[in-house]
Amino acid sequence: MKLDPKLDTFPKLLFNRKLLTPDQAAIREKDFGIWQTWTWTEVADEVRLLACALAASGFQRGDKLAIVGDNRPRLYWGMAAAQSLGGIPVPLYQDSVAQEMEYVINHADIRFALVEDQEQVDKLLEISRSCPKLEYIFFDDPRGLRHYSIDKLQSYEQLAEIGQRFDKENPDYFMTELNKGAGSDISVILYTSGTTGHPKGVILTFENILVTVINSIEFDKLTDKEQCMAYLPMAWVGDHIFSYAQSYVAGFCVSCPESAQTVMHDMQEIGPTYFFSPPRIFENILTTVLVRMEDASWIKRKMFDYFINVAKRCGVQILQKESVGIVDRALYAIGNLLVYGPLKNTMGFSRLRVAYTAGEAIGPEIFQFFRSLGINVKQLYGQTEASVYITVQTDNDVRADTCGIPFPDVDVKISEAGEVLYKSPGVFQSYYKNPEATLQTRSSDGWVSTGDAGYFDDTGHLKIIDRVKDVGRLTDGTLFAPKFLENKLKFFPQIREAVTFGDERDYAGAFINIDLDAVSNWAERNNVSYASYQELAANPQVYAMIRNCIEQTNADLAKDSEIAGSQIKRFLILHKELDADDGELTRTRKVRRRIISERFDSLISALYSQSDRGYIENEVTFEDGRKGMMSADLEIQDVQTFDHMQKVS
Amino acid sequence: MEDTAFQSYETERAREFKDYILEVDGVYVSFGGVKALQNVGFSVYTGEIFSIIGPNGAGKTSMLNVISGFYKASSGTIKFDGNDRTTASPERVASMGFARTFQNIALFKGMSTLDNIMTGRIVKVKNNFLKEALYFPARNQEVAQREFVERIIDFLEIQSIRKTPVGKLPYGLQKRVELGRALAMEPKILLLDEPMAGMNLEEKEDMARFVLDVNDEFGTTVVLIEHDMGVVMDISDHVVVLDHGERIAYGVPDEVRTNKDVIRAYLGEQ
Repeated sequence: MKLDPKLDTFPKLLFNRKLLTPDQAAIREKDFGIWQTWTWTEVADEVRLLACALAASGFQRGDKLAIVGDNRPRLYWGMAAAQSLGGIPVPLYQDSVAQEMEYVINHADIRFALVEDQEQVDKLLEISRSCPKLEYIFFDDPRGLRHYSIDKLQSYEQLAEIGQRFDKENPDYFMTELNKGAGSDISVILYTSGTTGHPKGVILTFENILVTVINSIEFDKLTDKEQCMAYLPMAWVGDHIFSYAQSYVAGFCVSCPESAQTVMHDMQEIGPTYFFSPPRIFENILTTVLVRMEDASWIKRKMFDYFINVAKRCGVQILQKESVGIVDRALYAIGNLLVYGPLKNTMGFSRLRVAYTAGEAIGPEIFQFFRSLGINVKQLYGQTEASVYITVQTDNDVRADTCGIPFPDVDVKISEAGEVLYKSPGVFQSYYKNPEATLQTRSSDGWVSTGDAGYFDDTGHLKIIDRVKDVGRLTDGTLFAPKFLENKLKFFPQIREAVTFGDERDYAGAFINIDLDAVSNWAERNNVSYASYQELAANPQVYAMIRNCIEQTNADLAKDSEIAGSQIKRFLILHKELDADDGELTRTRKVRRRIISERFDSLISALYSQSDRGYIENEVTFEDGRKGMMSADLEIQDVQTFDHMQKVS
Repeated sequence: MEDTAFQSYETERAREFKDYILEVDGVYVSFGGVKALQNVGFSVYTGEIFSIIGPNGAGKTSMLNVISGFYKASSGTIKFDGNDRTTASPERVASMGFARTFQNIALFKGMSTLDNIMTGRIVKVKNNFLKEALYFPARNQEVAQREFVERIIDFLEIQSIRKTPVGKLPYGLQKRVELGRALAMEPKILLLDEPMAGMNLEEKEDMARFVLDVNDEFGTTVVLIEHDMGVVMDISDHVVVLDHGERIAYGVPDEVRTNKDVIRAYLGEQ
């Protein structure tokens, strides 16, 4: 499959779909408890109306349309509508606070916004005074907005009417505009959440995305029969590629969940064949499974434990079609009937053919757990700047600790400093209105710096260790890769988040966030009473439990000579959950180390002193945007470390 | 600052009310020697949010019970839409268009959220026993009622607990389900007995939002009892304050807030 010059934009692909498979389902949304379906014909018609309405409001070529909200069909149509008119969709993270949106809206010169509901409308109205360029706000869900009598605030229904009228008066307008589009036009601007500074607007053209997507469809043999869930933020490049671009090119149906809380249940009903998620989702699923198994009856628990061990022993080999003994094979078949099958069904993975985890390194234990159940989860290494794909694992060559081999048409090399560089047809044009950052990231000969430290192993697989700037060394010279340690810790269901320190220190230390679901469940079963998160986190029994987890991690680290020295010597349990609203995590929930070390400075000093307590006081932001002070006196505990044991040769 | 397209946003919408939907006049209720309500009177406009507040034991719940027909007033009148209904039974009151929630949640704990809200539709089911026994009439009825209930579930954003037995839900969500059941009756007046009691700040704000939205979207008149002055003053159009079974203040929130008797009742003598 090659990029067809007649089908070089998404709107053109959409109207081609209308010809090829007019009655096939294009998108679904669960509403009022029922899956509502739109065919490709219906989607094409909706997009046409929406585009005409935009045109009637004065939307010009090159204008930007902000898209804010959960994954909703109408918001996806908004993207195609803007693109039909030569405009540029700019999806924003829907859980951003108003001030964060203000930056992007002003920076991207946004005149039009299509948003989901009252929550988003209120946010935009709040900042409208400082966003003079913003002219129109369109909304999908009218609830609570009945009394907002503002001219340029319009409902989707009003838009459809305006569009219909405009289309009747100018019947040729839409198709003429659509056909003006070219592959070299800007397709979308995606703002990266960025671990430092303001977000940067990554400009991708239709060609960037389409060439990459066509390669990916060939690579995984995707067809128009796939089922996929659109549940990740629309502003994330992953969702844009998987739920929008690939669907338009391959012609498969995308399903939007009823609400963010019902994703797991909706997924069970849809049974996706193709699935994409950051490791966090897999971690959450595993935590839920383990927690629920602890509540299960004795016999179920025994069965689960026994067959999970069988799967651990031979599941991955069976998935990769390697040779496995007849006894294990038989046991695995029984396990599939009794445990794995039902388990996969509850997780919604029964029909899964290809799944990817990307965005961050996944803990090897978590990864192997899913693979051992026969779920084809693979790793992918990508970036917004690359239209996602840089390296990817092929079906029968999957390993827990690598990111796979370079994706078709992508060149990857390692710089002298150990940084991963790449070059591909998917490489972004520039950062919007930020030439310095563009120059810093992309050299004049087209190589893009990822900021990640990594190397190719003997089999040609790329291994990522950590961010280049985060990999450090202890004072005795031992390699210290914080993310590697943190991922190991996060495998324990009791640990939600971990932040480790050690660069230029004498030893490694850790902050732990307990997982409220898992730990409160444990507390309930063990008659441990508590009134708040803070109290539970400070409980001595919880401390003992977490210490035990860290000791297990240390024992594991001791097996590897390279990192045996970076075992964790001291830790504390934080009194609050790390939160994106306080700037401690990015919107995609990656740890922001610099901000954490500033905010928790006094605790870090305590971690590296003799003291067994640390005091902290800082400002926190509540969900409604108000701020308050929070203080705590936290206990710091020592952990046992192990000697590195030489293998007896 | 430059003018933007959305300047007009900040003008508050004015609320105007015309007719009374509920008129309470000179109501007395006593249990043996205890006088729970003494000569209490007030009027509720159609479409407003009306609050009954007061310290513990002031007679708030008694007042609500009189309105919903659980208690009989020993004297005084209650008019609904201009007609006297002082002596109507609770069932009669419910079918007139009153729905209520309870201070200490009264749901069917073993039933799912969906089924609990479905029970609120009973007053609206038109089929008789014979029709219910036949396939098509029963099915059509079920579909119609289910659709209405799904709208409520969507409205209250409780899709994720649709099939969960309510006994397993946290308190704040149970309160929301109870509100859902009351809404299922398509009431003209919604009586809420301490809808925010025992909630944390976030849950309270959510609940306040839902009360405002119900009033806004469906035009339902809301009469609520509340302990928390802050919330009440923010969302109510009119407030009546009771203390020891007597009315001590009545009016718009700003008047009531500064009323000396109210301050005394809440804070004690200075």
